[in-house]
Amino acid sequence: MGIFNFFSRDKKEKLDEGLEKTKTGIFSKLTKAVAGKSKVDDDVLDSLEEILITADVGVNTTLKIIERIEARVARDKYLGTEELNTLLKEEIAGLLEENNSGTATEFTLPEGQRPHVIMVVGVNGVGKTTTIGKLAYQFKKAGKSVVLGASDTFRAAAVDQLRIWSERAGVPIVDQGMGADPASVAFDTLQSAVRQNADVVLIDTAGRLHNKVNLMNELSKIRRVMDKVVPGAPHEVLLVLDGSTGQNAIEQARQFTKATEVTAMALTKIDGTAKGGVVIGISDEFKIPVKYIGVGEGAEHLQVFNKFEFVDSLFSKEKV
Amino acid sequence: MFDNLTEKFDRAFKVLKGQGQITEVNVAETLKEVRRALLDADVNYKIAKDFTNDIKEKALGRDVLTAVKPGQLLVKITQEELTALMGGQHEEINLTGNPAVILMSGLQGSGKTTFSGKLANYLKNKKGKKPLLAACDVYRPAAIDQLHVVGDQIGVEVFSDKDDKDPVSISTRAIQHAKSNGFNVVIIDTAGRLAVDEQMMNEIAAVKTAISPSETLFVVDAMTGQDAVNTAKAFNERLDFDGVVLTKLDGDTRGGAAISVKSVVNKPIKFIGTGEKMEAMDLFYPERMADRILGMGDVVSLVERAQENYDEEKAKKLQRKIAKNEFNFDDFLDQIQQIKKMGNVKDLMGMIPGMGKAVKNLDIDDDAFKGIEAIIRSMTPQERENHKIINGSRRKRIARGSGSEVQDVNRLIKQFEETRKVMQLMSNKKNMASLMSQMGGMKGMPKF
Repeated sequence: MGIFNFFSRDKKEKLDEGLEKTKTGIFSKLTKAVAGKSKVDDDVLDSLEEILITADVGVNTTLKIIERIEARVARDKYLGTEELNTLLKEEIAGLLEENNSGTATEFTLPEGQRPHVIMVVGVNGVGKTTTIGKLAYQFKKAGKSVVLGASDTFRAAAVDQLRIWSERAGVPIVDQGMGADPASVAFDTLQSAVRQNADVVLIDTAGRLHNKVNLMNELSKIRRVMDKVVPGAPHEVLLVLDGSTGQNAIEQARQFTKATEVTAMALTKIDGTAKGGVVIGISDEFKIPVKYIGVGEGAEHLQVFNKFEFVDSLFSKEKV
Repeated sequence: MFDNLTEKFDRAFKVLKGQGQITEVNVAETLKEVRRALLDADVNYKIAKDFTNDIKEKALGRDVLTAVKPGQLLVKITQEELTALMGGQHEEINLTGNPAVILMSGLQGSGKTTFSGKLANYLKNKKGKKPLLAACDVYRPAAIDQLHVVGDQIGVEVFSDKDDKDPVSISTRAIQHAKSNGFNVVIIDTAGRLAVDEQMMNEIAAVKTAISPSETLFVVDAMTGQDAVNTAKAFNERLDFDGVVLTKLDGDTRGGAAISVKSVVNKPIKFIGTGEKMEAMDLFYPERMADRILGMGDVVSLVERAQENYDEEKAKKLQRKIAKNEFNFDDFLDQIQQIKKMGNVKDLMGMIPGMGKAVKNLDIDDDAFKGIEAIIRSMTPQERENHKIINGSRRKRIARGSGSEVQDVNRLIKQFEETRKVMQLMSNKKNMASLMSQMGGMKGMPKF
């Protein structure tokens, strides 16, 4: 399939390893559900409901998908397994926002202002710092000059963690140690990046639960301060979601979008058994694309998200 | 905590309101809502299905025998079933052995290191233990540093060796270190790992075999979705853990993972994490949690936490004062200190029945009392003793002294007078009934 050419072979395998472990389960379940049947009946739609909900797609989005399929079935009356699969992929991919960097080139930066500032946000423990480390590594590899800003000054040893990543990726870091004002760190980082003519700035922030209003306000402040150094910054706000998170991710997306105008998502830890299906509904509701996926702990274990591959991997056949 | 699920149930049960009989039809509608509420709460698909079927069986069976309203009956049955699902009685942590060894396990980012710190802090302060933390996450950058920072915060020693990359060796050496230095509990913090990572699962299994811990805990993020079932099952197969820790419950997650994990591995949930501070943890009480899910609040927890920080002597004195209507601003200030000692105010308010929803979108932090305290502290001792002498010019002075407006002072004094009235009313038991009827806010509480 042409789509897969966008991914280097080892990456594809890594993604497959991650995605297929249980996602192949979906296909086999579905095949079982339609085995011996020539058209989609209620039983199949019930199984489909189970499959999607078990993948954390959520009740609302699942109903939406099923309604669309029911409408198609009502219209076309007759639907076999193959058709159903194609239809499903179409419907799900249709819900996922178009990712503007989902083209052939990986880890590119949009044209325009330099430095391109990316602020990374999310709840505790989703993998923000790790994702930044991987992004720094990838951008550096792509020939960009990168500056990291250690604005997570709260969590124990967060600055140390980012510093280690900066060494690994071989990129400079701006930090004021633990307990410093995160907005001030961001300010410094941007000033330093401007002086160095850097291509891209990655700002780490402390994990915060989205229902803590004061902490969310702090994020808005960091955002405002950056705009003073580089007008229009941050150009991107990347919301990191843990692939194993359930329906609460929707609320996370809602609140972080409210506070910081999230522009893209990164889905982490999907090399395990978690399916990350909740991003489908989020992407649909908030019109935010998924941009990256994390599939391991190494610097190279970050990939540009491709919705067709994501959906395809949901339904791909088991490897022999 | 669990507020969203509560809201869903509130709505689900509203459908049944005003109907006298449970029938196959009206129960089906409600149960569909219940099932959806559970799914929205991330309860595993199969478990949610079984659960609603269970309730249906029980509801239809009991219908003949009881004459309560269908909604009430379903609330009661749902509560019972939720309690049963989350696991009967509360179970304590096993601290046998000298030193007792506790092994932490879980996925990346579930909160193992933070919880290790909280547990050490809890054992040190509440159980009179001398704990040692052992840093066995040799993979994640700065994980060892993180545990050291946590250890420093709570004054607990951390055993680590950055040159040793073998968790088995570090943990056995930590236990050796504990033995020769008089530590009676060792908490082993490990790296986060995915259940499908064979190599990493072998590693933690090897650690377990080498140290034979008295307690192995599985730490799981309360926001986990459907995968909670798979992960818990896989970890349990390899580690046969003794208990579960549910973290990040201070978020607004519906927390269905609690129900899923418990029912799939049949291991008790022993602790919950409720914030980033080292004190922000609690024991897990299934029944209270079930009550909470149903919007009945967690009064028992509240009372217990209050008791812990309660000075009985002072309380008696206060009661006498209230009865005589002598409650003054000094006492008020004292009360504020007591409440602050009990912990996060929002947490506490969430435990009061009917309050869960009200405080959901409020951001109350521990500074909430700052303004009030400042005003009271700007009063003279005489003014605090007898608020009636606070006239206009005194109010102006107090406002200036506390950096607030005269209106703020006025408002506080007015509130204080009202509080006094209510307190006096409450101190007289005969008046209790009339007071309850005044408090319309309690209407939402289900009565059996």
